Amino acid sequence: MIKTDHLTKHYGQLKAVDDVSFQVGPGEVLGFLGPNGAGKTTTMRMLAGFVAPTSGSASICGHDVATDALAAKTALGYLPEGAPSYGEMTVRRFLEFIADLRGLEGARRTARLDHVIGNLHLAGVLGQTIDTLSKGFRRRVGLAQAIVHDPPVLILDEPTDGLDPNQKHEVRTLINDMAREKIIVISTHILEEVDAVCTRAIIIARGRIVADDTPAGLAARSRYHNAVSMQLAEASQLETARAAVASLPSVAAVEVSEREARVTALPKPGALIFAPVSELAARTGLKLKELHLEAGRLDEVFRTITA
Amino acid sequence: MHNVGIITRRELASYFATPLAYVFILIFLVLANAFTFYLGGFYERGQADLAPFFTFQPWLYLFLIPALSMKLWAEERKSGSIELLMTQPVKLWDAVLGKFLAAWAFTALALGLTFPLWITVNYLGSPDNGAILAGYLGSLLLAGGFLAIGSCMSALTRNQVVAFILGVAVCFAFLLAGFPLVLDVFRSWAPQVLVDAIASLSFLTHFESISKGVIDVRDLLYFVMLTGFFLLATAVALDLRKDL
Repeated sequence: MIKTDHLTKHYGQLKAVDDVSFQVGPGEVLGFLGPNGAGKTTTMRMLAGFVAPTSGSASICGHDVATDALAAKTALGYLPEGAPSYGEMTVRRFLEFIADLRGLEGARRTARLDHVIGNLHLAGVLGQTIDTLSKGFRRRVGLAQAIVHDPPVLILDEPTDGLDPNQKHEVRTLINDMAREKIIVISTHILEEVDAVCTRAIIIARGRIVADDTPAGLAARSRYHNAVSMQLAEASQLETARAAVASLPSVAAVEVSEREARVTALPKPGALIFAPVSELAARTGLKLKELHLEAGRLDEVFRTITA
Repeated sequence: MHNVGIITRRELASYFATPLAYVFILIFLVLANAFTFYLGGFYERGQADLAPFFTFQPWLYLFLIPALSMKLWAEERKSGSIELLMTQPVKLWDAVLGKFLAAWAFTALALGLTFPLWITVNYLGSPDNGAILAGYLGSLLLAGGFLAIGSCMSALTRNQVVAFILGVAVCFAFLLAGFPLVLDVFRSWAPQVLVDAIASLSFLTHFESISKGVIDVRDLLYFVMLTGFFLLATAVALDLRKDL
């Protein structure tokens, strides 16, 4: 269990984190979202025991991060922002160093090192110094050190930043695999990641929590939630389509994209418009390339509540 | 204590992973010998001892030790690895001590490599080897004191050049604490007790008595306490602001 209680951090006049309270339980993957400078990293640093809170408290598995710091740190695997490490060390030496600090010994040490090296595909670079690695490999080394002691709680600050799409997919698969038995908090500003791995999302802006919901719940706040979008085969039908859709009583607004030859109908609150719109399209003789129901756009919700 | 050993080993290995270790040892040996033979007049004195070698040790350390210690914490701050280290289940004090011990062991190695001087002086005459051993002990203690000061200055900043300059300045002040250059600053306004106290903090006074072969508990205690004080100050500086 991760628990924060009125967690606050001031840097002089600046309130980096302002009265943040939340709890995360087993099986949850919490996505921590927010614009740059919103306080994500500072919150994570306080959870990891790197930055002391100005007021309020936080605990990891019941251990207060300020008064019982060593126990809290023992229960935690932490990937700092930018995945810092010791550049002059080889990957193998570095992971062994962390394993030693984590108190791993004997057969378990060997087994855990083999496990993370295999899982994060580091076998090919074990003898290389970290300075010579690509950004993607460095991130994976950072992830490997965070999970080497198999902690019950993981806090990962931008775990997929700088990775290519294949590597992102691998890291997300890894997080999903671990999600069943661990408590995981990741920060990101990549919204697709929230859908891909998170069971819950907290959006933070100017140091305060502005939303705390499931990804689907957040998407439902979008004005595009349950909107119907159709792409026309012939751009000449755009005006006909717009006028026809706008005449439906349950449609609140219509947006037209000429570039894509797309018409999007936004429903009035609570209205379901997929059936009426598709019938209308057939009746009016519109030639459709594509017709679909939107779940809601996270990026639009994100912009609306953090602006 | 287990973690101190782990951190010390990692630090020591990191010295040798870059040219730093080799450059440092080479410069140290060249300068130590140059001072001994040219400035110290090793042969001209016609005496079988290492006094010319030890006399210049403090001045050699004044620039070389801050060059070694400047990276201790400033580099960790700059690269961000301090966040990695401080979020491991390691006591702050273990990290401070581990890094200091690595730097000290490294200095001891450099100092140990001056052994040809000792062989030379034994070949040329029959020196008081007890006094020479005391000289080495004094030199090692002095290096420890300088390193502790350097560690503290390095913890104050993320800029290694700033750490170096601060280190040299503070070490210089401690080196000359017993001399008019420093004491005159205080004499005009401070009570005599304070002036005496400052004078008694001088590295040189304590070092010189040990390097002459007089091992006084007070001198040993002075170095141990000074080193301990600055290591403690290092820990306080880190604890106040880890995310500098």
